[in-house]
Amino acid sequence: MSTIALHNLTKRFGTLTAVDDIDLEVSAGEVLCLLGPSGCGKTTTLRMVAGLETATAGDVVIGGERVNHLTAAQRNVAMAFQFYALYPSLTVADNLAYPLHAEPIAEAERDRRVAQVAEVLELTHVLRRLPGQLAEGEKQRVSVGRAIIRDPNCFLFDEPLSRLDVQLRETMRGQIKEVLSNLKKATVIVTHDQFEALTMADRIAVMRDGVIEQVASPHDIFAKPSNIFVASFIGTPQMNLIPATILEPTQGVSNFDIGSQHIAIALKHRLRPGDRITLGIRPRSFELVAQQGPETILADVDLIEPMGAETLFHLAMQDHELRVVVDRARRASVGERLAVRFRPEHTHIFDANQQLMQP
Amino acid sequence: MAETALNDTRAPLGITELRAGNWRLALLVAVIVMTVSIIALPGEISFWVSLAAVLFVGLSIVINAWGNSPGPLLVAPALALLVVMNIFPLMWSFGLSFFKFRVNRLAPPKFTGLSNYEKILTDPTVWDRLQTTAIVVVLTVTTQMVVGFLLALLFEREFPLRRVLLMLVLTPMMLSFVAVGAFFRFYYEPTFGLLSQAVRVFTGEVFILQATPAGAMAGIVIADAWMWSPFVMLLVVAGLVSVPKYLYEAAEIDRASWWRKFRTITFPYIRSLLLLALLFRTIEAFKLFDIVFLITDGGPGTSTETIAVYVYRLGFQAFRTSQASALSYILLFVVIVLTNLYLYFARQRDAQV
Repeated sequence: MSTIALHNLTKRFGTLTAVDDIDLEVSAGEVLCLLGPSGCGKTTTLRMVAGLETATAGDVVIGGERVNHLTAAQRNVAMAFQFYALYPSLTVADNLAYPLHAEPIAEAERDRRVAQVAEVLELTHVLRRLPGQLAEGEKQRVSVGRAIIRDPNCFLFDEPLSRLDVQLRETMRGQIKEVLSNLKKATVIVTHDQFEALTMADRIAVMRDGVIEQVASPHDIFAKPSNIFVASFIGTPQMNLIPATILEPTQGVSNFDIGSQHIAIALKHRLRPGDRITLGIRPRSFELVAQQGPETILADVDLIEPMGAETLFHLAMQDHELRVVVDRARRASVGERLAVRFRPEHTHIFDANQQLMQP
Repeated sequence: MAETALNDTRAPLGITELRAGNWRLALLVAVIVMTVSIIALPGEISFWVSLAAVLFVGLSIVINAWGNSPGPLLVAPALALLVVMNIFPLMWSFGLSFFKFRVNRLAPPKFTGLSNYEKILTDPTVWDRLQTTAIVVVLTVTTQMVVGFLLALLFEREFPLRRVLLMLVLTPMMLSFVAVGAFFRFYYEPTFGLLSQAVRVFTGEVFILQATPAGAMAGIVIADAWMWSPFVMLLVVAGLVSVPKYLYEAAEIDRASWWRKFRTITFPYIRSLLLLALLFRTIEAFKLFDIVFLITDGGPGTSTETIAVYVYRLGFQAFRTSQASALSYILLFVVIVLTNLYLYFARQRDAQV
């Protein structure tokens, strides 16, 4: 079975703890994305799985077998590197065939598999070229091709798309997802790009400072971020995080004090008056209304950013800035005062420890 | 930049203008004075007149440059030294190679055209010495490349005392040829030399390395390789550390064997540096003189007499100055051809990649 499991995995470089006691499981056929800002330890984790880095503590289990003591070659994993790591003196065909030399197969079979992979990744026309003569997108496909040409225990991708331009990234995301879904292997993709993670992954593990903050499906990680870090890391524009103090409820409706305004939202959370919490609302979850009511606050338009189909309003509400995304048909002018309605079903509450409160 | 641009726009001095910095006029005057003095005056006087004329032109150029852009003046002393010590003797000896001239005779040089070259190229001794040189080159360069390469593989890794050992290994390269020659001469010395002493422990007899042609050749090759293997090592290490680490990691993931990694990753990165080392060492070995002269003096017989030693004998023992010049120029030509061959291959490879 092609699975990966990490148990209490830790990596220290001197006094720096890069990866701090993480547990993770990837089942066969599953694509897991390690997502996080740079320096969060995601690449180190991947390298420990690959065997390029030795774990300080904890176990790496691949296919049910503990592989801590095995070298990268013995672990039989396929990996695509961030900087592609193509062999500069070999042609694309030779680069693709490189991993096959370790296997006892005939030359004809090798050529057949190179041709097959080149076909899948649309590299047939550049097979005779050297890596130096390729465009970024082609290099990237060669590095993926070199990983998928053999039948390893699992696949590892280190920032596979980070060096591509935006358009290419979009096409490649789809392409890689398609290729991966046919492979039925445990796959780990390291990325700092949330779109990459959200589109390609079956599950996402969000990392910060060597710790996994949340592991969940792309849908859940967006809809139910377990803490403020995940909430602010996932989603663009960033989620609005508004500090508030809980007031006495009135008729089952929670009241909050946000700066100088009060707001009433019908929430099912157990809230104690006087507690300080953070309200999290996605920019697309607001509603602009004509009438001011208990669920609305007033804010002034500060900046308008058209984003194509939608428009992003930056609203000033005392010392806070609210990011509100509206349909592009909704016009406003800078300085205009708008009434913004909070929708209870889309309002997240984070407690004083920055953790999500369950309703 | 701005300053030179300003200078360029200024009108150049007219050649007839009577100013200290008008070097064109100074040059014209000097040439006329020199020509007249050489024709009209006796040699001893015209020499000093000519010298004064040359200094006069130099002074004028300096004054002119001082006013315009003093930058080039700063490199002028070095350039002057280069001209006096290198370029002038080079040209002079080139001229001499077309004359019949011996430094130990008072007879003035007599123009003989290409006859010196003809003599040299039809001289069987020259071909014999070239053969000896070829043997030395092949043996010593091969040894250096192999030893230097192995040393590089060793010193590429980290191990305790690496820095200290590296320094020790690099030392021979920094010694003078004469010192190295003297060292090895003592090592090979039959009565108290280390080598002879060591062999005597086993055989009970003194060992004279230089007694046989093969032994003498080995002695030279070992000394030269000892001195220059570190040079090859330095270049190869430079190549080895320039290989990106992630390529080895990728190869490890791809389960490549040691040999495959070396062939496909390491070697392409050090190939051009190896070629460079090969070129430098070939040229140097081709003109190897000091070590041979000190250790074997060309012996036994003439079995280890390299072409450089032969040039020395021709020029300073037989005093056939102009023939020695001609031979030197033939050697220079060979070296230039070698260098260009290398450059040609290097460029062709660059064009491929």
